[in-house]
Amino acid sequence: MSNWSSLSEFLAMGGYALFVWGSYGVTALCMVVEVVLLLRRKRTLLQRLSRTNRVTAEVSKSNEVQT
Amino acid sequence: MSKINWFKYSSPQAFYPLAGKMIPWFTALAVAFTLPGLYVGFFVAPPDYQQGESYRIMFIHVPAAWMSMFIYVVMAGYAGMGLVLNSRLSSMMASALAPTGAMFTFLALWTGSLWGKPMWGAWWVWDARLTSELILLFLYIGFMSLQAAIDEPRRAARASAVLALVGVVNIPIIYFSVQWWNTLHQGASITVTKAPTMAASMFTSMILLTFAFWMYTIAVALMRVRCEILERERHTEWVAQAVGGSK
Repeated sequence: MSNWSSLSEFLAMGGYALFVWGSYGVTALCMVVEVVLLLRRKRTLLQRLSRTNRVTAEVSKSNEVQT
Repeated sequence: MSKINWFKYSSPQAFYPLAGKMIPWFTALAVAFTLPGLYVGFFVAPPDYQQGESYRIMFIHVPAAWMSMFIYVVMAGYAGMGLVLNSRLSSMMASALAPTGAMFTFLALWTGSLWGKPMWGAWWVWDARLTSELILLFLYIGFMSLQAAIDEPRRAARASAVLALVGVVNIPIIYFSVQWWNTLHQGASITVTKAPTMAASMFTSMILLTFAFWMYTIAVALMRVRCEILERERHTEWVAQAVGGSK
């Protein structure tokens, strides 16, 4: 626990801030973006499929009425 | 003893709800490994006597590099299973793993580059380890592009499975490159046969973050395979019932 005496020392990473935070930051960003993209893909997919379902159901219903 | 029918879950229809139930557990495990891994990595592990604080990059560089190779082998295994057994779910699992594998390959290269600049004085060198890891990234990209280029899912799965299986030859090349060639990249500090040549706290952080990446990979691969299943089975009755909207 005694690695850092202050927050600024922690952030400075012994002069390697750009490299250390550049590594951790991009890794975290990639993982978050991947999850967000997957959640969005799932949401739009479910919306599209349920819309198609509804349209198919209405079409078959109106066909029944006509015949 | 009651017999469990394991083949039941090899059908996309049965696997879809099971995968949905597993996602929160693997997400929780990923978080549960990440937090102590980062804590040990930043607050317990002392600075390296030669590299100072820059070596903390290794706590994610090594796990990312391990995952990039491990995911490839699992992906090729699923693709091969799909090819031999003609099982749809295996091919879908292979496609679900590819983007995450490519992401970890990119991260291994990215973090390696950010470590290499202050330590070696170069962002990139054409060393055997680095070059074979770059080829791994191209293999993942090739696998995904080939699937995207072929419209018929079964043909796409077969063609990309052949590519994935041929590419497996690159994995031992990456792993042993530091022994076979005189590389700038250092040899392994952690091997199965010998005790790790590093402080226990450094080893702990690396192992915790490796498990974190592993659990994360399972969670996102399950999320992606659920999307794949819905897309490929969208004309079936069970998907129509699962997504609703028909009333």
